[in-house]
Amino acid sequence: MELSGADILVKALADEGVEFLFGYPGGAALHIYDALYRQDKVKHILARHEQGAGHAADGFARSSGKPGVVLVTSGPGVTNVVTPVATAHMDSIPMVIITAQVSSHLIGDDAFQEVDSIGITRPCVKHNFLVKDVRDLATTIKKAFYVATSGRPGPVVIDIPKDITADKAEYIYPKSINMRSYQPVIEGHPGQIRKAIQVLLSAKRPVIYSGGGIIASNCSDKLRELVRLLGYPCTNTLMGLGAYPATDPLFIGMLGMHGTYEANLTMHECDVMLCLGARFDDRVTGDTNKFSPYAKIIHVDIDPSSISKTISVDIPVVGSVDVILDEMIRQIKKSDRKPDTEALQKWWVQIDGWRKIDCMAYDRNSEIIKPQFVIEKLYEVTQGDAFVSSDVGQHQMFAAQHYKFDKPRRWINSGGLGTMGFGLPAAMGVQFAHPDATVACVTGEGSIQMCLQELSTCKQYDLPLTIVNLNNRYLGMVRQWQEFFYDRRYSNSYMDALPDLVKLAEGYGHIGIKIEEPSDVEGALKEALSDKSRLYFLDFITDQTENVYPMIGAGKGHHEMHLSPRSAGGDEERELA
Amino acid sequence: MRHIISILMENESGALSRVAGLFSARGYNIESLTVAPTEDASLSRMTLVTSGSDRVVEQITKQLNKLIDVVKLIDLVENEHIEREISLIKVRATGSGRDEITRLVEVFRARILDVTDTSYTIELTGSYGKIDAFLKAVPNDSIIEVVRSGVLGIARGEKGLRL
Repeated sequence: MELSGADILVKALADEGVEFLFGYPGGAALHIYDALYRQDKVKHILARHEQGAGHAADGFARSSGKPGVVLVTSGPGVTNVVTPVATAHMDSIPMVIITAQVSSHLIGDDAFQEVDSIGITRPCVKHNFLVKDVRDLATTIKKAFYVATSGRPGPVVIDIPKDITADKAEYIYPKSINMRSYQPVIEGHPGQIRKAIQVLLSAKRPVIYSGGGIIASNCSDKLRELVRLLGYPCTNTLMGLGAYPATDPLFIGMLGMHGTYEANLTMHECDVMLCLGARFDDRVTGDTNKFSPYAKIIHVDIDPSSISKTISVDIPVVGSVDVILDEMIRQIKKSDRKPDTEALQKWWVQIDGWRKIDCMAYDRNSEIIKPQFVIEKLYEVTQGDAFVSSDVGQHQMFAAQHYKFDKPRRWINSGGLGTMGFGLPAAMGVQFAHPDATVACVTGEGSIQMCLQELSTCKQYDLPLTIVNLNNRYLGMVRQWQEFFYDRRYSNSYMDALPDLVKLAEGYGHIGIKIEEPSDVEGALKEALSDKSRLYFLDFITDQTENVYPMIGAGKGHHEMHLSPRSAGGDEERELA
Repeated sequence: MRHIISILMENESGALSRVAGLFSARGYNIESLTVAPTEDASLSRMTLVTSGSDRVVEQITKQLNKLIDVVKLIDLVENEHIEREISLIKVRATGSGRDEITRLVEVFRARILDVTDTSYTIELTGSYGKIDAFLKAVPNDSIIEVVRSGVLGIARGEKGLRL
């Protein structure tokens, strides 16, 4: 039987196992929306803005490992979804974004709600397709899911002109697909793995630096096994938090610009570095000329272009980190050579010395609420078992530093693109993927206003999120940079004329609470988190002057951190060189 | 160093823009780029001349390979290869200048395709360097127009870039 393109699309999504479709309707998408109305397998989630739909699908994908699927209309629907697409692209998140397009005969005529969707999205997708014939539609959808979820994952856009969604064709959904031009490497080169093991076992001052690749390939159990087998220190990137349990003694914290003193100095002083599924991002490396001067570097990554892009590595291993970890563990177990325990012991003494600096210390007796304190309480109240999404800025770093993630896929943040407005819609996606889980969105009064309209979506679908708003009446990270590097000229970083966020939350049908005393923090969190039926907007009025420490400034190396005045030995801010 | 990268791509619409977009987005330099279908209608062949340090060129080939539509590519400069470029050159030719141009055409084994009282239009095929040399040899003020195809390249020997 022949089906319309719209019916083919919806049926293909169902056959692909898509449960939720996050979207927003419009003219060019109307046939598709009609097809959605006539079935009940794929549930459409109506956001309040295409950006919200995109980030929600992204949060769904990050927390579940399944691809996030988005449907938007042509023109402004597409331009609005570009930010979520770029966000997913930077963090290698599998998404399929269906963009409706004006009818084929109108393309190129500057028709109503027409944009060159393929052209606009091209630089920020893994791949994109324009469907020109309804007979290609099902295969294109299969290809899109395959490309999005295999190799190094990423977003794939399918642009479908309106006439294609009306045209009819036989529906045949391929079971699998093979593309001659796209063959991701999975197995690591055995010779490279052997070399890597030799170097790894000869280390005196090793470090394991792992990133989002571990989470993307669902192998944090194997990372744990490897780290414990070797007894080497492990640090995670911002994207990798939870890949290795934060409460484990072998974990030395996050590394990079706002990483721990011990993680960054371990990176600086190490003689062997094993990088697993991370990409030597500039926020991780600091000044590349000063990066880990004594290290022999082993880099495992599925994307050959990540290797020696910013940092030249000694032993590259291209392939799936999951498969390669298996092989590494197998070889280490049967190897006669064992880690150098004597050297390792000395190394750990040194690392423990760095730990004593207590680099994330803050004033626990403050009469004003400290943002770190709120995160610590959130960690305690949720017993470390919540899904935490965040926006971008100081609150993001405080959450990354002070919420100890022990499991992968629990920390949901926009690492690469740094997209303010990500947190709330992403938290919605997480809640759809895990309806019974506790989901908190850590945000600030700047970020939350970028996608605030999604509070309405939360109402429609009864999403019992807890929004932890760290309200310091400043764009905190901008203010911090202006304090450090612009002689305290606080240009446009003060959020004047803030709305009453409690009333706003109430206006959307939720519960809003303003918290101004440190002693009220725990109670408010308990109240919000124990009520699984309502969304709570907790507006914490926090210290306006708090900064994120430690910090590696622009052009500095890992060993040149700016430490908090509260850290051991530093009653003043100081730089270590 | 100058590199000639030969690419086999799926002959899909937008393939060229993916390559061009990659170069502009990442700040790589393109000296020339030619693209045309091959004997297999589903593939198109692109020849791209670029330059940069070894590290940059390594990134360029990796990033090109990462494009989903790229089936295969080689850097021709890594091995023995042949490169050719075709150019059409219109020059002002009057008086004694006419003989001089004709002589140069002979020396370079070029051909004159069109003649007027005051101009010649010349076809010259050769390596990139040969065309440069010809353009230097022709008196500068006599050149009216130069059109170059960009470099085409192929590896020496029996091996070919194919599926």
